[in-house]
Amino acid sequence: MSAIPSQWSRVKNVLPGQQQLAQWLKQSLLSAAGIAVFVLLWQLLASQITTSLGSFPGPLQVAQQWSGLVAEHKAENAREAAFYQRQLERNAASLAANPDAVITVRPYNGRPTFFSQIFTSLYTVLTGFVLASLVAIPAGIVIGLSPRLYSAFNPLIQLFKPVSPLAWLPLVTILVSALYQSEQPLFARSFLVSVFTVTLCSLWPTLLNTIVGVSNISPDLQNVSRVLQLNWLTHVRRIVLPSAVPMIFTGLRLSLGIAWMVLIAAEMLAQNPGLGKFVWDEFQNGSSDSLSRICVAVLVIGLIGYALDRLMLQLQQRVNWDKSAQLR
Amino acid sequence: MQKAHLQLSQLGISFPTPKGPFVALQNVNLEIGKGEFISLIGHSGCGKSTVLNLVAGLLQASSGGVILNQKEVNAPGPERAVVFQNHSLLPWLSVYQNVELAVKQVFRGKKSKTEMRDWIEHNLALVQMSHARDKRPAEISGGMKQRVGIARALAMQPQVLLMDEPFGALDALTRAHLQDSLMDIQAQLNNTVIMITHDVDEAVLLSDRIVMMTNGPAATIGEILQIALPRPRNRIALADCATYNHYRHQVLSFLYEKQRKVEVLAKAEPVKVTADALAGAATREKRA
Repeated sequence: MSAIPSQWSRVKNVLPGQQQLAQWLKQSLLSAAGIAVFVLLWQLLASQITTSLGSFPGPLQVAQQWSGLVAEHKAENAREAAFYQRQLERNAASLAANPDAVITVRPYNGRPTFFSQIFTSLYTVLTGFVLASLVAIPAGIVIGLSPRLYSAFNPLIQLFKPVSPLAWLPLVTILVSALYQSEQPLFARSFLVSVFTVTLCSLWPTLLNTIVGVSNISPDLQNVSRVLQLNWLTHVRRIVLPSAVPMIFTGLRLSLGIAWMVLIAAEMLAQNPGLGKFVWDEFQNGSSDSLSRICVAVLVIGLIGYALDRLMLQLQQRVNWDKSAQLR
Repeated sequence: MQKAHLQLSQLGISFPTPKGPFVALQNVNLEIGKGEFISLIGHSGCGKSTVLNLVAGLLQASSGGVILNQKEVNAPGPERAVVFQNHSLLPWLSVYQNVELAVKQVFRGKKSKTEMRDWIEHNLALVQMSHARDKRPAEISGGMKQRVGIARALAMQPQVLLMDEPFGALDALTRAHLQDSLMDIQAQLNNTVIMITHDVDEAVLLSDRIVMMTNGPAATIGEILQIALPRPRNRIALADCATYNHYRHQVLSFLYEKQRKVEVLAKAEPVKVTADALAGAATREKRA
């Protein structure tokens, strides 16, 4: 009797192509149903709520604003292209009149559109995240390999880890303006403020996970390393790093998620260019479209966060030696 | 016998505990000749692994010492290669790369690239693993992993091969197969081997001498049994051999009559600090 269920479960585990397709279809249908229910509820509830800026936008208004934002972006791009075209023609004309004329190309100073704000935010978050990883992974390896260093640094890590980005922001702003004074700045100060805030807030998960990954290497593998008399660098490269890779990636994914959340908050608070500023500007603007535009931003922020996480997952699958590992 | 190749002299180790030092091992004296196959047998927790780790240099003796070719051993090194109980292959490297890591480390500057490649291939062939050279450890069976572990150790061209229950985790058929392989390799290479085992048959079949250890704490060598069976040995022929069975009987009587593990269930629990556990803890600390 007991053999029958186990037989069955074995059959179920080996799905033939058709069954796999059915499974996939079922999954997609369920996801679609979830989204449909959400949109329906949103539409129903939104019309019930009246705010100072009119009724709360439903999915339709938000979709309209999305196309509005796309159209705005296209118009702005066209204006920019026209601006440079005019400049080019003017410069060509003055060169034709006088071959020694001094030519200056003035940059276009248009209003940043929604999409240029997205680009700014992405660029900022990736810079901050890469910086955080460049600090956290090597530091994690060094600290994780030495219990003494761990004891020394652990209180500091525990102290700074829970600090909110909003608390770092004023300090970072003041420090950047005090320390970064250059005639021709390579980076805008606001960019640096956002980057350092993101770095400060997002390096902790990577640091902690790297430390844990490094300090939990199997004693047997450590003995292999000792018997082979591997030097420190080879030991780290051939034994420590590969065994810590799964933990490091867990940390990196957490860090990237935090980095993205922190960045939006920092941009809002500090009025630094990016999606956060877009949301804040719309909030201050208070037109009848503002709420819909903020809804667009919220959805886009969520989608980008999701996409970033998937990207890290792809990278993890590529780098991780354990291809059988369940990644989700 | 000529001057001892490997000598354990007055070897002892104790570990600090909150209740004062715990003497795990003391007065271990043993002289091992070149090409000799020694088995260490004893109940679990008696310090067999500790002896092996001391010879490997993974642990430091508190008293006495290990002398290999007139030189004292106080750090691990590839001339005393270890085959670990759970194979300890690096899971992110292929079979070939696992052996390569050892070969590159030991023969850097001594062998050319092609020589190294040939040497790795040769050792994989020796343990009959050439067919799986590009497989990861997760893709091969337990017995195959252990073969690769042996190939990695042999590829270091060690003066002493240390094996910590190399076949303990394998099923009986695979184990018999690997024992035969090991005897073949041993006949070809004439390595000096120290092997820990729990298996009386394995000890009698493979060894030149069986070193039987008393129970800890303060474990030491109880008896040494010389196995004068001619080589090559055949397990089937030996099954009916009176001498073989006599040796088996001697080991069994040592283990189950003279050194019967006293298991007082109610009392034993709080003081179950075994030498192996302490040795493990010490090894981890040392690395750190």
